[in-house]
Amino acid sequence: MSEKLLLSGNEAIAYGAWEAGVDIGVGYPGTPSTETLEALSKKADVYTEWSPNEKVALEVGAGASFYGSRVLVTMKHVGLNVAADPLFTLGYTGVNGGLVLLVADDPGMHSSQNEQDSHNYAPFAGVIMLDPSDPIEAYEMAKNAFKISEKFDTVVILRSSVRVAHTKEMVEVGRRGETKKRALVRDPKKWVMMPAFAKIAREKLDDKFVDIARYSNDSKLNRAELRDKKIGVVCAGAVYHYVREADSDVSVYKVGISNPLPLEEIRSFASQVDELYVAEEADDYFERSLATAGIACKPLSVPRRGELTPELIKKGLGYSNLSPHENPEQVIARPPLLCAGCPHRPVFYALHKMGAIVTGDIGCYTLGAIPPLNGIDTCVCMGASVSMAHGIEVADNLAKQRGETDEVIPPVVGVIGDSTFAHSGITGVINTVYNGGAGTIAILDNRITAMTGHQGNPVNGITLQHRPSHELELEPFLKACGVTRVRTVDSTDIDAVTQALEEETNAPEYSVIIFRSPCILLTRTWPAAYACDSDKCRGCKICTKLGCPALSFDEITRKVTIEAGACKGCGLCAQVCTFRALTQTESEV
Amino acid sequence: MDTKTVLLCGVGGQGTILAADILAKVAAAAGLKVKLSEVHGMAQRGGSVTTIVRFGEKVHSPVTDPGCVDALVSFEILEALRNAHFLSSEGIIFVNDELNEPMSVRIGAQKIENDPVAELKKRKAHFIPATETAISVGSPRSANVVLLGALSRVLPFDENLWLDVIEARVPEKTLEGNIAAFKAGRGFSSRMDKEER
Repeated sequence: MSEKLLLSGNEAIAYGAWEAGVDIGVGYPGTPSTETLEALSKKADVYTEWSPNEKVALEVGAGASFYGSRVLVTMKHVGLNVAADPLFTLGYTGVNGGLVLLVADDPGMHSSQNEQDSHNYAPFAGVIMLDPSDPIEAYEMAKNAFKISEKFDTVVILRSSVRVAHTKEMVEVGRRGETKKRALVRDPKKWVMMPAFAKIAREKLDDKFVDIARYSNDSKLNRAELRDKKIGVVCAGAVYHYVREADSDVSVYKVGISNPLPLEEIRSFASQVDELYVAEEADDYFERSLATAGIACKPLSVPRRGELTPELIKKGLGYSNLSPHENPEQVIARPPLLCAGCPHRPVFYALHKMGAIVTGDIGCYTLGAIPPLNGIDTCVCMGASVSMAHGIEVADNLAKQRGETDEVIPPVVGVIGDSTFAHSGITGVINTVYNGGAGTIAILDNRITAMTGHQGNPVNGITLQHRPSHELELEPFLKACGVTRVRTVDSTDIDAVTQALEEETNAPEYSVIIFRSPCILLTRTWPAAYACDSDKCRGCKICTKLGCPALSFDEITRKVTIEAGACKGCGLCAQVCTFRALTQTESEV
Repeated sequence: MDTKTVLLCGVGGQGTILAADILAKVAAAAGLKVKLSEVHGMAQRGGSVTTIVRFGEKVHSPVTDPGCVDALVSFEILEALRNAHFLSSEGIIFVNDELNEPMSVRIGAQKIENDPVAELKKRKAHFIPATETAISVGSPRSANVVLLGALSRVLPFDENLWLDVIEARVPEKTLEGNIAAFKAGRGFSSRMDKEER
């Protein structure tokens, strides 16, 4: 029995894994990977959980695999950096139950801080990588990946990208197959990677890859499509479809297993075409791999940065029959914003007014960097806000001790969300305390992981499948870490926010302020909207500095207006208005 | 049929993704291959959203190139202009006659250069009072379905296919409003046909 459903690549992977008998799904939310675990969590016969970070998720996955279960671990490309530590050793240990790791790349950086190509991880870590090009293939490969993982006793990375993850097509799905749980095997030589055992494991890994390379060369997941033999293009993932769209006559070598590459098959393909090109996004993994193997190839002349498109490939092939189109109009940018009514807006407002140096983090709060809030100076990776704040302080102290500067720098504040704090802010705090640091950290606890679409996390204690759970209490936790100055402030009170930030940044000790107010989108009912009394409004524009999307300033009347439908009744604008022009309306929203 | 490409765009929260989903399901129900591609990374925070739906006997790329879109459906004026270069020379634009100013404009920090409505008129855009119409048929959030109604006239799918998919896809209590919204949208398009004749 099968049915056809319009599925995204992410959902298709969840279906494929489920049909392959996956028992456990674990991951950390991150665009464009998030919906995979969310889709899997809806299956009653699968246990799923969000972990505080990707390293933990992969380690949970490793434990489940050791036990003999099939497990799917999910994350985005930057998450794989966090999980790299266990991954590289799992390459040596191998698996027991099939362990499939979904990694979703974001070439073009639609919602990421970089566009690293995860292909590079597979040979580096010594694991197999599969490269689906669309949801149908993602479904098929997810189904197969567990068998491949068990057959070769290794982790299989399923490498997706935004155009696989967030593309939908009709996928014919079936039933959950019967799989027998493998027996738990207690074998220290396999699982304890101390040097004596690791040296043997390394040898085994190298031998194993000889077999896997043979498998890759024989596998139907890789295929040569011979057409016009003047040009052959090697490609994988969504890029395959761009190449086919650009010119349906060129010969294509479609890579489905990108590690180990089917080099013999590609060599044979190369010998049948006059010129061999490589088409890939954001990096030169395929080009380098082919060159190292002595297969003469050229990159298509396309940008190394960003996403490819069919037209870029046409240009790269030197075609002149490009689609005629007008140049894009210069249209004013529409950057994403903190929501109307976001209760944590006052923190950025106050930090900006103080002129603080703010080390920021990943999540909604990255948006605090956008004008007019201008409340963030750095954003590198999850958890970096806490550790970078310490780094700035250490460097400043040192420079002053050495007499290199006597310039007084503004107070330094690290800003991090609740989920991100649990992800990797915790270790930064422990480090700062341990090394006697003395800055200020602001944890913006909005009770949810908001940016990726409201996932639960350890700080609010809401689990993926709504099992009973415990909420990590930040105050006693921070005290246990050795932070002596911990205070909790309602972030919707601008005066209280300003006062807390001033006091704590002036304090000689390390301090953490927990700004606690739930995400405005958690409740669907809001207080009555605010409105501007135009007789009282003097057009001073102070309220516009909050960057609230519900508020506008009319250049002609020189007055402020509030869009009733957009206003969430938070009243922050009224708090900053000196002329009491902004007041709450009667009606409930 | 040749592969057709529809680009739907708007601002986060306007229902572009639901509209694209309905269109994709209609195309699939008509027996065509279909691919739908979304970019919605930060859309939830009021950023630009674009969704591409491609359908035909075979569909390779889920994304499209400038100059290749057959129909552009925009839920907002500035977003229509932002994506106008994707239209083919015979492409058609349906745009909700609503201007949603970016915050920088609303607070007086930046100005909109040129007149976006005039720019779109140069491209023969069809302006549709979708929000107004949606409110008048009692379903304020169904401006997206009004626009789908207008689009439906230029696509080769039977009206009943659309109605079946809408019925299956929208919440039951909004069904009546959505169907009225779809029909009103189709009405705009048929008036448009007459004007052109």
